[in-house]
Amino acid sequence: MSSLIVAHTRYQILEQIRVPIGLVASAFFPAASMLAFAVPFTGDDPVASTRATGSMMLVGAMSGAIMALSITVAQDREQPWNTYVRTLPAGPFPRFAGRILTTMATMLIATIPVLLIATFFTAATITLPKLLIGLVTLLGGAVPFMLLGLFLGYLLASKAAIGVSQVLFFPMAILGGLFLPPQMMPDFVQAVSPFVPSRGAGELIWAVTTGSSPNTVAVIMLGVWTVIAALAAGWAYRRDEGRRFS
Amino acid sequence: MTILARTVDATRRYGDVLALDRVSLDIRAGELVGLLGPNGAGKSTLINLFVGLRRQTSGTVELLGGSPQDPLVRRGIGVTPQETGLPESLRVGEIVDFVSSHFPEKADKGELLARFGLDDLVKRQIGGLSGGQKRRLAVALAFAGNPRMVFLDEPTTGLDVEARRTLWDGIKDFHDGGGTVLLTSHYLEEVEALAKRVVVVGHGRVLADDTVQAVRDMVGVRRVSLIAENLPELPGVLASSHEDGRINLVTTDPDRLVVELVRSGTPFSGLEIRPTSLEEAFLTITSASNPNPKESAHV
Repeated sequence: MSSLIVAHTRYQILEQIRVPIGLVASAFFPAASMLAFAVPFTGDDPVASTRATGSMMLVGAMSGAIMALSITVAQDREQPWNTYVRTLPAGPFPRFAGRILTTMATMLIATIPVLLIATFFTAATITLPKLLIGLVTLLGGAVPFMLLGLFLGYLLASKAAIGVSQVLFFPMAILGGLFLPPQMMPDFVQAVSPFVPSRGAGELIWAVTTGSSPNTVAVIMLGVWTVIAALAAGWAYRRDEGRRFS
Repeated sequence: MTILARTVDATRRYGDVLALDRVSLDIRAGELVGLLGPNGAGKSTLINLFVGLRRQTSGTVELLGGSPQDPLVRRGIGVTPQETGLPESLRVGEIVDFVSSHFPEKADKGELLARFGLDDLVKRQIGGLSGGQKRRLAVALAFAGNPRMVFLDEPTTGLDVEARRTLWDGIKDFHDGGGTVLLTSHYLEEVEALAKRVVVVGHGRVLADDTVQAVRDMVGVRRVSLIAENLPELPGVLASSHEDGRINLVTTDPDRLVVELVRSGTPFSGLEIRPTSLEEAFLTITSASNPNPKESAHV
């Protein structure tokens, strides 16, 4: 089983590296958001800057997970090669794992420009151990969004995936308090926010990087969303039989 | 003999379209079976059921004694995609490694590529291969896991004669070593050259299942070939064509046709009466069973 995960991850990474524009695109978005939403507003407050840096990394990870992953999966599904790969003796797990590990690698690369901007243009501070724990938390917290991306990718045609993933991504990032801290948002948003998975992932990242105490409801809901997204992704994979007339 | 693949009353619908209609078929170990049928006859659907890509709406589908949906069962088979569509950015060696990593008994990469005339291309990116090289690579991938049975869907479509021969030799070697093959093809010549047994499907049903010779004889049609300016209406003509200045007529009753031809007083020369090719037999079987050609499902 583990050799199959290696094979699928290797295959995905090779495809990713040979067409590097995808990597550039996924690194650009969080860096641009960092410059637009974090740098001008957090100024010389170290805690707010560190927290915003963590939020922007999560924004980048979420866009890689929900948008890039769902669109890639949906597009691949329309290729005859994908039909062939389904005849190989492997269940969904090695393929899911390969996709998730490759997306994680992309996410880590996308954090580099955000970290550089935080270092040079904000007052954000962090120790190396906290940074490493923060990155691990980022990858762990991104798992439900990757499962959601897989669910959308296996459920929808690629054109639909492009639209639906954007419609889901932006409200989720805003409601989760990633662009603006939840405390600064209207009451009804504050009431909804803990039930959105992005809030739970944000709470964990803020906790390990700035020492804040996480919102319990949000963290529990993140676990609930992870289970739901995993079941939905598995269901969508099994339901998918390729395009109807192939 | 052991049955490697079997359907019992397998039916598959796509919405309102009936793609397979209660098909029962056994494929035994060591057989090389040619699956023939016009587009939309249900060939691809049948193969998709055997390789686990689709599930039957009703009936039973067995592969190597288990379910085609079970990945462990699929370790014993090899599949070639119908369209080339290989990932362009990967290298030939990388794609062979990727596919063979799924199988416990991997074929040796160098030996596999050599068998299909691809030995110089290990480091080449797939996007840089010619159409024929891609096609040969696609067929080679079916053998990457030393399977007991391979499913080859249109293996030589778009290849020139020489490349086709190379592939045929590869397929024959596998079969001579005890391998089982289910092959679909648009080229009847290919089925005649490789297969011992032919299954003809049309409108989701098995119309004929026998040896190449028997399928040819079963329809009992003959080809009457002659040179003439114009022909009158003749009885029992199933199909006619013009080729190299000759008129070819396919008929079930060549004696009566010739009698009528002579009686009509039409001048003609070079009369020949020959047994039909598999192609003519195939056309006769599928057109005779076509109650409503416009409604044939395209799947």
